[in-house]
Amino acid sequence: MLRKFFIAVAIVVGTAQPLLAAGAGDPQADFKAFRKYFTERFPKVPLNDFVNGPYSMDAGLRKQWKAIDEFPPYEFAVEQGRQMFATPFKNGKSYGDCFPNKGIGIRQSYPYFDAKSGEVITLDVALNQCREANGEKPFDYNKDDMAALTAYMAFTSRGKPFDIKIPDDPRALAAYENGKQYFYSRRGQLNFSCASCHVQSAGDHIRTEVLAPALGITAALPIYRSAWGGMGTTSRRLRTCNSQVRGVPLKAEDKDYRDVEYFLSYMANGLPISGPGARP
Amino acid sequence: MNEFADAPDSARRTILKGAVAGGLVGLGLSGLPFPAYAAADAKEWPQEAFKQKSEVDALKALYGKTVEASDKVSLDAPEIAENGAVVPIAVASTLPKVTGIAILVLENPNVLAAAYKIPEGTEAAVSNRLKMAKTSKVVAVVESNGKLYSASKEVKVTVGGCGG
Amino acid sequence: MASTIRVRAVASGDTTEVQSLIRHPMDSGFVKDRSGKLIPAHHIEVVQFDHGGKTVFTALWGPAVSKDPYLKFKFKGGKKGDDLTISWVDNKGASDSLVAKIQ
Repeated sequence: MLRKFFIAVAIVVGTAQPLLAAGAGDPQADFKAFRKYFTERFPKVPLNDFVNGPYSMDAGLRKQWKAIDEFPPYEFAVEQGRQMFATPFKNGKSYGDCFPNKGIGIRQSYPYFDAKSGEVITLDVALNQCREANGEKPFDYNKDDMAALTAYMAFTSRGKPFDIKIPDDPRALAAYENGKQYFYSRRGQLNFSCASCHVQSAGDHIRTEVLAPALGITAALPIYRSAWGGMGTTSRRLRTCNSQVRGVPLKAEDKDYRDVEYFLSYMANGLPISGPGARP
Repeated sequence: MNEFADAPDSARRTILKGAVAGGLVGLGLSGLPFPAYAAADAKEWPQEAFKQKSEVDALKALYGKTVEASDKVSLDAPEIAENGAVVPIAVASTLPKVTGIAILVLENPNVLAAAYKIPEGTEAAVSNRLKMAKTSKVVAVVESNGKLYSASKEVKVTVGGCGG
Repeated sequence: MASTIRVRAVASGDTTEVQSLIRHPMDSGFVKDRSGKLIPAHHIEVVQFDHGGKTVFTALWGPAVSKDPYLKFKFKGGKKGDDLTISWVDNKGASDSLVAKIQ
């Protein structure tokens, strides 16, 4: 039955027009078009609710999520993250020294384009840069320590609107365009792009799960998945998505991953941080 | 909104290490007019009931009784569980003198999932999260005035598509 | 090390609502690890809540209770500032307890 679903989606994808102008280099125009698509397709969903992914799309799932969110299992990860964040490095400095506002309530500004390195820097990368600058070993981007730390930082930013900037720098624009292209490119044996599921099929069921809309999809990161029985990093989620379309996952925090996070977060500007998120 | 209402500065913490035999916790309270605090005791755990494979046997082992349906028992469970590993289920009852609540998942390897003791002064209601191996009838049982009453609901469980 | 028990106890009128989340793997004993071996059952058996020297709620749990188990119930007689003691014991004999203040 699942195979029939995939074939059906592949047919739809093959004939669908790309949502945004290719290579036009106008993020603001893209932003408007992207938002228009989702708000017109889902007129009953309040704009700020898109950040709740599948729960903005399905009432039955929403009720279960609300029940679990009353006292969510990620509280332990957030608490662990809080303690990690407050513990100084061996050299006496701490995470707060690497970030504005001592690292509290800043998650909504990530990723950002770093002019010095010419790269997009995500929160996870910034945390490891902070560690290495202070003589500590970096964390594995796929594992629990990074998940706990980013869960705590997301938690301190709950409700704050995404504020992603694309500076007037051709390299920043190129990174944005690269992320956009990654998002719309098909890959893997199943030949899906991110858009196949999260734009064309947003709100549809894939077995019992509901596909989250791409609008605001990074707002809930990192996520606690019941399926994983624990907290998982952004990298873990992106790599898993790649495997699920039977493609080869990139290395965690690969340029393409950082750029696609940049693109998606820019598309979510103004929408509130909802992380860390609880998902099936 | 999540708040850390139980932040460290508002809670004192006692750790009991190793096997808890019940009874005194070594607080040196002998001679006082009230019984010393006894923590959760494994001896209370109804081992036999948790091994049973049928509703009738589990309730016989747990309460020694049989059950009848009642519309005064309410069972709140989803139609389709988002994830069989974490299914939020709540039970409540308007029956008088409730002393116990039990929840059974009939298609699980052992049907009894959880049982609760309700002393006087505690409301006849509980919310918990249970594992369901597959689509199954869920049965909520309430012990009231020494008799058993139940409500049931079928909860569908399928495999998620993108759980990775 | 942080406690395994997180609790929110809020008094409203003469009723106290208690929510608790306990960090515990609650392994059912039916799941296999990567090498194909069964992960042995490891789950909480009894959770007890006490207030004013009296037990106000007891949970008897089997392995079908979810990982990091959650509980919500209400009892009469608690008020803001009172102590609520939570303790648990599992099938391996491990245990933990916490004294929290009712808000």
